[in-house]
Parts: sequence; structure tokens; C-alpha cells
Amino acid sequence: MANFQISSLSDSQINTMLDKNGIAKRIAQEVKDGYYVNLGIGIPTLVANFVRNDINVEFQSENGVLGMGPFPYEGEEDADIINAGKQTITTLPGASFFDSATSFGMIRGQHVDLTILGAMEVAENGDIANWKIPGKMVKGMGGAMDLVASAENIIVAMMHTNKVGKSKLLKRCTLPLTGVGCVTKIVTNLAVLEVTSKGFMLLERAPGVNVDDIKMATEGTLVVEGNIPEMAL
Amino acid sequence: MIRKTVTDAREALQGVEDGMTFMLGGFGLCGIPENAIAELVRLGITDITCISNNAGVDDFGLGLLLQKHQIKKMISSYVGENDEFERQMLSGELEVELTPQGTLAEKCRAAQAGFPAFYTPAGYGTEVAQGKETREFNGKMYVLEEAFEADFAFVKAWKGDEAGNLIFKGTARNFNPCMSGAANITVAEVEELLPAGSLDPNQIHVPGIFVQRIFQGEHYEKRIEQRTVLKRT
Repeated sequence: MANFQISSLSDSQINTMLDKNGIAKRIAQEVKDGYYVNLGIGIPTLVANFVRNDINVEFQSENGVLGMGPFPYEGEEDADIINAGKQTITTLPGASFFDSATSFGMIRGQHVDLTILGAMEVAENGDIANWKIPGKMVKGMGGAMDLVASAENIIVAMMHTNKVGKSKLLKRCTLPLTGVGCVTKIVTNLAVLEVTSKGFMLLERAPGVNVDDIKMATEGTLVVEGNIPEMAL
Repeated sequence: MIRKTVTDAREALQGVEDGMTFMLGGFGLCGIPENAIAELVRLGITDITCISNNAGVDDFGLGLLLQKHQIKKMISSYVGENDEFERQMLSGELEVELTPQGTLAEKCRAAQAGFPAFYTPAGYGTEVAQGKETREFNGKMYVLEEAFEADFAFVKAWKGDEAGNLIFKGTARNFNPCMSGAANITVAEVEELLPAGSLDPNQIHVPGIFVQRIFQGEHYEKRIEQRTVLKRT
């Protein structure tokens, strides 16, 4: 029920332009007391490390567990207890196991309060693409399409630009979609943004990053209203 | 009591033929019907369609059937972690139908529960919905997905009894309960087969009515895909 630590790191690793842990740390502030949360693979998994100790949160993994705990100690791993990334895990007091249809019932039925996942592209209308690059080996969507089609509160964790410096926040997605009009918030290495009818509303800047840096890195419509505060990490 | 016990995998798989469609439980390598897969390899039947969330790894799980070129088509949500799979898919030897994970589970449950089809929000607006009927309910769009039809379902449980009742352990439950009773014949293999009356009826996950044949499996390897552990400090 409480949060847990998967890896250790120091605050000094977070300075200008957030790294993956910095993004995870900022997203952890969105996790509220009493939330059931589904974490995707990659940066989202790191969010569990930063959730406040004084709130009660349960992590759901779509392969059939609620109340996921940290990795087991060496020698205590159990092949029958894994997460959706196929990693060995433990469970915390209050945990439960269930079948895949029930698991996606929790997701589709909007019983899971918050979904955090990665993306290749997000469009200003909330469309998301994160499962397929034409011409490359397609591994599949897993549970991502069910998650994004159903969750009311979807936060995307990703780098603001791709490896060649191209914006991942677009007017329209260019890759095959995972879901339409579903993303509510995006936390990148540069900024926190909300998807609104006017476009990407800039809410916060990463430490040391200015609004112009964010404008340069955003292809979609960026809405800047008033003074944009720096993230409090 | 209606007895469902058979002596071994050989007897349990009587009637499987080339060209059939099989459901196979498991998530990654967790909760897969290891004995049924080994028997399918031994029988050498070909042109199989497999409904399974994943496709195993190169040398285990459904990878064993891929090695022998026994699979014609895979219906899965995620098929990474398997080089031979990728090779056969890219060369066109293997047909792959990618389905959102929750939809995959529900297409099994629908078959089990007598629903020909159902509406789901997953995949709406994406290529998964192409050619499928869509419909609006309460202002939200849904895709019509049809129940699976399969000849055999191969499921794996932790404990079972002579009446075919099943109990699962941990996240090895996953797709196994949804697939039980979802095919013409359901074959359950269990780590421990007990006399009727040994299991508490209050604790049964899958009632025996959904199982036609049950046997005690042997030599379970239960391979771990991602062994993630914490060092003791």
C-alpha cells in the first residue's frame, strides 16, 4: 500500500533538463492519496520510487495484480509472481491477484484512477502514438490501447524531443495511433503541459529551462499564459 | 461428481489435428501450459492458429512450436522477445494478428460466456478498428469485437481436482480462467491433481464445468523472463 524504492539516486542528479528520474519524480506529485495507479514500462515504472511515503497508493499491473511491491530479494523471486514487464516482483499487504479479463475490467470500467505511460508522439488534440513504427518490427500494443481508451486521467512520461532532436509534441501524430483524444497531461524533460482545446497549455518549466526553449522544442500549438513557474521537485 | 481426469498430456490432447485453432494461457512464460506445448511439439501437427497473449521466447513456450514451423497464425497482444518469431513474421511465413490485450481477454471470456460479440472503447480511431463496426454510447465511441472460436483451450493451473476445478497461484492466473470453457474442449494441466473434495469449494477460481480434461503435468520449468531482484544490504 505504501510506495517503495526500486533504485536509489540523489537529488543532485536532477538539475537542468530533467533526466528520466526527474520526470518520474515530477509525475509522482500527481499521484494522490487513495489512488489506484497503472504504470507503463520505462520511465513510468520509476514513478513508484518517488511517491510520498505518507499517502496510500496501490499499483496495478495489467497481467493481474493489485498492490504490487518492490522487486524481491535475491533468492526470493517467484516465477509465478511477475509484473506486465515480466519482471519478478513482490506484493504488499492488501494485494490481490486476478485474471486478465477482470484486470481489463478494472481498466475499462475506470476503477483505476491514474494511468502513466510512455509515448513516441502526442498530438495537441490528445491523440497518442506509442506502439508501432511502420517498417520496423512491430511487437504489439499489449494493453496500451485498452488503457488509453478507458482511463480518465492519462499522464504521458517522455522526452520532449526524439533522438534526432525532432519534437514529440505535434499538431497531429504521424505514427499509427494508440488512442484518440485521450492524453490529459504530459511531463517531459523540459516541461509539464496539459492538453486543452487550445493546444498544449504550458504549466511548468523544468529547472533552468526557459519558455523559449520549450517553444523551440514543441511543434504543436503551445499555449503560454502568464508567468510559467519552475517545477518544484 | 463428473470425473475429468486423464492420465497424461498424450491422452489429454487426443483429437488435435492440423489446421486447428488453439487458445493457450499464460502471460510471457508465466502460467503457460508447458506440458500441452511439449505434446504439440511431439505430435508435430502443423498449420496451427494460436490465440495467446505472447509468443514465448526462442527456446521456450510457444517458441518451441515456432522452431518447428508448426504455427500458421498468431493472435496476440505483444510478441517481442523472440527472434525466430520476428524472422518468420518478416518473411511472411507467419501470419500475425495483433489485438489489444484487454480485447484479447474479453474475446475469450465472451466465447466462454456465450456472447457473440461486445463493444469496447479499445482501439477506436486506430488501425485495430479498421473494417469493424463502431457505435456511440453515451457520447463515447466503441468498436464491435467478436468472440473467439477455438477447437482446444490449453490452460495451466496450480491445483486442480478430479472434477476439473482449478485454483491458480499469483499472476500465473492471467488468461487461463478466461480461456477455460472458451473452446470446444478445454484441457487443464495442473501442478498438483487432487481427489474430489480436497479443494475448498469457496476457493475455486474456475469451476470444473469449464474443463473437459485434466491431468497432472510434470517437469515444470517455470522459466523467469526478467529476473529482477534487490541485493540484500
